[in-house]
Amino acid sequence: MEKAKTEIIVGMGTCGITAGASEIYAHAADYARAKGLDVKLSSTSCIGMCHSEVLVDVVVDGFARVTYGNVTIAAIEEIIDSHAAINVPVIKYTIAQMPSYGKVYDDIPVFEQLPYMNKQERVVLSNCGFIDPLSIDDYISHGGYEAVKKVIGAGDPKAAIEIIKASGLRGRGGAGFPTGLKWEFCNKAQSDIKYIICNADEGDPGAFMDRSVLEGDPHAIIEGMLIAGFSIGASYGYVYCRAEYPLAISNLKVAIAAAHERGFLGDSVLNSGFKFNIKIKEGAGAFVCGEETALIASIEGLRGMPRAKPPFPANKGLWGKPTVINNVETLANVPRIIVRGADWFSSFGTEKSKGTKVFALAGKINRGGLIEIPMGITLREIIYDIGGGIPNGKAFKAVQTGGPSGGCLTTAMLDTPVDYESIAKAGSIVGSGGMIVLDEDNCMVNIAKFFLEFTQSESCGKCTPCRIGTKRLYEILDRITNGKGRKGDLELLEELSEDIRAASLCGLGQTAPNPVLSTLRNFREEYAAHIDEKRCPAAVCKPLITFTIIEKTCTGCMACARSCPVNAITGEKKKPHFITPELCIKCGSCFDACKFKSVLKK
Amino acid sequence: MSIKLTIDGKEVEADLGATILQTARKYGIYIPTLCDNPALEPYGGCRLCLVEVEGMPKPTTSCTTPVTEGMKVKTATPTVERLRKTVIELLLSDHPNDCMICERAGDCKLQEFAYFYGLRANRFYGKRRQYTKQDGNPFIERNMDKCILCGQCVRVCNEVQGVGAIDIAYRGFDAKVCPSFERDLNCEFCGQCVSVCPTGALSGRIWEKKGRALNVKEVETTCSYCGCGCQLNLHVRGNEIARVSSKPDTHNEGWLCVKGRFGYEFITSPDRLKTPLIKKDGKFTEATWDEAIAYIAARFKKIVEDHGPDSLAGLSSARCTNEENFLFQKFMRAVIGTNNVDHCARL
Ligand SMILES: Cc1cc2nc3c(=O)[nH]c(=O)nc-3n(C[C@H](O)[C@H](O)[C@H](O)COP(=O)(O)O)c2cc1C
Ligand code: SF4
Ligand code: SF4
Ligand code: SF4
Ligand code: SF4
Ligand code: SF4
Ligand code: SF4
Ligand code: FES
Repeated sequence: MEKAKTEIIVGMGTCGITAGASEIYAHAADYARAKGLDVKLSSTSCIGMCHSEVLVDVVVDGFARVTYGNVTIAAIEEIIDSHAAINVPVIKYTIAQMPSYGKVYDDIPVFEQLPYMNKQERVVLSNCGFIDPLSIDDYISHGGYEAVKKVIGAGDPKAAIEIIKASGLRGRGGAGFPTGLKWEFCNKAQSDIKYIICNADEGDPGAFMDRSVLEGDPHAIIEGMLIAGFSIGASYGYVYCRAEYPLAISNLKVAIAAAHERGFLGDSVLNSGFKFNIKIKEGAGAFVCGEETALIASIEGLRGMPRAKPPFPANKGLWGKPTVINNVETLANVPRIIVRGADWFSSFGTEKSKGTKVFALAGKINRGGLIEIPMGITLREIIYDIGGGIPNGKAFKAVQTGGPSGGCLTTAMLDTPVDYESIAKAGSIVGSGGMIVLDEDNCMVNIAKFFLEFTQSESCGKCTPCRIGTKRLYEILDRITNGKGRKGDLELLEELSEDIRAASLCGLGQTAPNPVLSTLRNFREEYAAHIDEKRCPAAVCKPLITFTIIEKTCTGCMACARSCPVNAITGEKKKPHFITPELCIKCGSCFDACKFKSVLKK
Repeated sequence: MSIKLTIDGKEVEADLGATILQTARKYGIYIPTLCDNPALEPYGGCRLCLVEVEGMPKPTTSCTTPVTEGMKVKTATPTVERLRKTVIELLLSDHPNDCMICERAGDCKLQEFAYFYGLRANRFYGKRRQYTKQDGNPFIERNMDKCILCGQCVRVCNEVQGVGAIDIAYRGFDAKVCPSFERDLNCEFCGQCVSVCPTGALSGRIWEKKGRALNVKEVETTCSYCGCGCQLNLHVRGNEIARVSSKPDTHNEGWLCVKGRFGYEFITSPDRLKTPLIKKDGKFTEATWDEAIAYIAARFKKIVEDHGPDSLAGLSSARCTNEENFLFQKFMRAVIGTNNVDHCARL
């Protein structure tokens, strides 16, 4: 393959496409052609800098790779005119450069030294945003399929299991179960047929690392499954992926076909006699189908409902056969551990939590996106150093980890190291890696209600405490945020939460009350204000807030009146305005419109 | 292999693979259940059968947990009693609570638990499911707002009847047992589902307002519809059948078909023949059995004499037992002397 002199690489993960990457890509192609420039256009996946999409990289042969952010149609034209045509980067759009590609430019920060990057450690995401996910050669040239060759070449399934055990890798799907141990159980189970399933259901509403890895580095998953399959003695693999991830599924399909062609998949992998094939099963996007027994039922064509364990899948899983289920991120770690060794992997992290973890940093944060950190750095480092703190000078209030199954951690806990044990001790979970930052403008009752609304609607309905209990929890929270909370509601929330945790069948119900319990524990006075004083301290819950205009400071500029969708604001020019409370629908437009901070929200 | 364990301090023995619930039942130790049915696969849905097991971090459902050697089980700790009460309260918070006019009052497991847990007031309230009834069939009446989602009907239809006419649709609070695409029920109408339903959600159409537990006596009999001879348990009030069930310790294991369960209206039908009829002068007139049999015998004899035995043919009924059918063909061959004998099931 002849390499073009100049390459323009557009970030075309789902996030990039949503931000308009397809248009940029098409326009770049047209524009460069019109200018008669010899550039190669290609695409890559998400590099994790979701705060700066659309991302475009330009590589001039022999020079550093330059990343541009927030690229618009106008910007891409400028970039092509200057950088692609005459090798002069357009500094104002640049984010960083990668010196590993060649000669560095002046005045562009180095990628690895960006505040967003320098505390990150990219293992799972090492290829994402760098390689072309549709090219098996690109994967191979970045060290891909070395691990499979090594493991199959050595011919000893137990040896691979020992390496994974020694590395300390724990499941990234939420529960944190030691991966090597799981494989060992399944390896020991006696059966002619076994299965390995990759769990790509990714139901946590705030998480998208699994999607990114499947989109950006699908061969890593194939390779991880191959190694797992070889280790446990499985010849069949399933990838259970939600149908809402069409790009992930299509990239994976391309990758599976390419792997077949090169002999990495098929009836005799690399002519070793080891047979391994992968099927994709598309799920309908139910949160509960991420639970392993529900997932198995779903693959079998049944309704996705969990069942009691034991028997565990390692003994009795898909079609009643021994089955290992691993998360996408877990599997993506596997080839890297095999190639670079258990010691290398366990050099990252803490005593009990080894390696790195990918988090989806979102909410009230300056630099949100997908980040990968060595276990053990603190929440403060993540939020302030990597994420750049809270926007608009607002005060940090809490961070919700573990999504709908997790809890919130407050200012006092900012120095908690991010690892399984410490986060659990602080009252939350690492979970699958959602991390939502909340500031002073977030109402914690409302946050709890948000998560309960999700879990109660995603409950499979099989067991009583979860089916009806989470609904009742949600209803209690709903009435509190509507100013209809009653005396005793907080105690009722606690009692019901404890009983749902203790009595539910699966992890969904057992963890669903966590957002309620942790916000209650940390922000009880905020709940109490809603009930006792009918007041929402963060001024979020509409029925509990009123908008008024401060007469003294209102300049009569009329901005508020113009912004009001229901004409609830009256007043003459240059005279104080007035809001008619009966008409006001509490949309907040006037609050945002007033430049003199004269609209009071309380 | 036998396993030794203790339940509520009592030393008991169980077979390998048995569940805690099965073992407790064997020893007469009571654990409340709503979704378990000994004839069906364990489910673990209602969460009423929770027990505490020493060494386990949380209560576990006795209907799904296999016994292990040395296990120490407690079936009635304050924790599990509290959880059970919460479960019943939650169920009642989404229930019409109209026992007053419910077919199952007095014979309803939910009502019984509400009674035993003394649940008049309820800590929980909120949205209740409400469905429009849509039963076009003449057999089964569904009041799905009384359904507690125990899943027994779904399992019996799959595991016992092998039909799979119903399953659970929707998620969370909206989960609902229904036929595919929520169409009207159109199945074998065996009523197996009705027989396992612990509440008033499923009932027989023709059982409506025929009487509940009071003044109803049970009469065991044999179904006369076919050679299977299923054992019926007629619930009789006055001289009328209020409903039909069957006991699990019968050769039909408590299962019936649509005819045995719902097809009894002929008993009191005015069209029902109670005496033989002989056509005289073109009109049917009542006769005694002796008259009728003597008349038939005489005519048969005459026909055989005049036209030979093969001028007669015998057709038997599926409502007869095997023994009756055997006797019938024997009669045709040995007494009449013809092989012209057949059976309605072959037609
Ligand atoms: C309600 C619920 C949802 C879950 N969703 C996911 C999911 O989307 N992805 C995932 O990998 N694991 C999910 N899990 C965890 C899986 O059950 C299972 O533990 C995991 O896939 C095992 O893989 P690991 O050991 O590699 O983490 C979920 C668990 C529960 C209880
Ligand atoms: S806890 Fe919820 S999701 Fe899990 S089995 Fe019970 S009802 Fe279904
Ligand atoms: S909050 Fe909205 S509706 Fe109310 S006065 Fe302001 S602009 Fe009008
Ligand atoms: S189903 Fe049971 S609890 Fe419900 S109304 Fe009928 S008798 Fe009462
Ligand atoms: S009547 Fe029989 S076939 Fe019909 S749903 Fe009930 S169990 Fe199934
Ligand atoms: S209809 Fe009856 S048997 Fe079926 S799930 Fe509901 S309560 Fe259980
Ligand atoms: S008709 Fe049905 S219920 Fe009666 S004996 Fe035959 S199979 Fe049993
Ligand atoms: S009887 Fe065990 S959960 Fe219902």
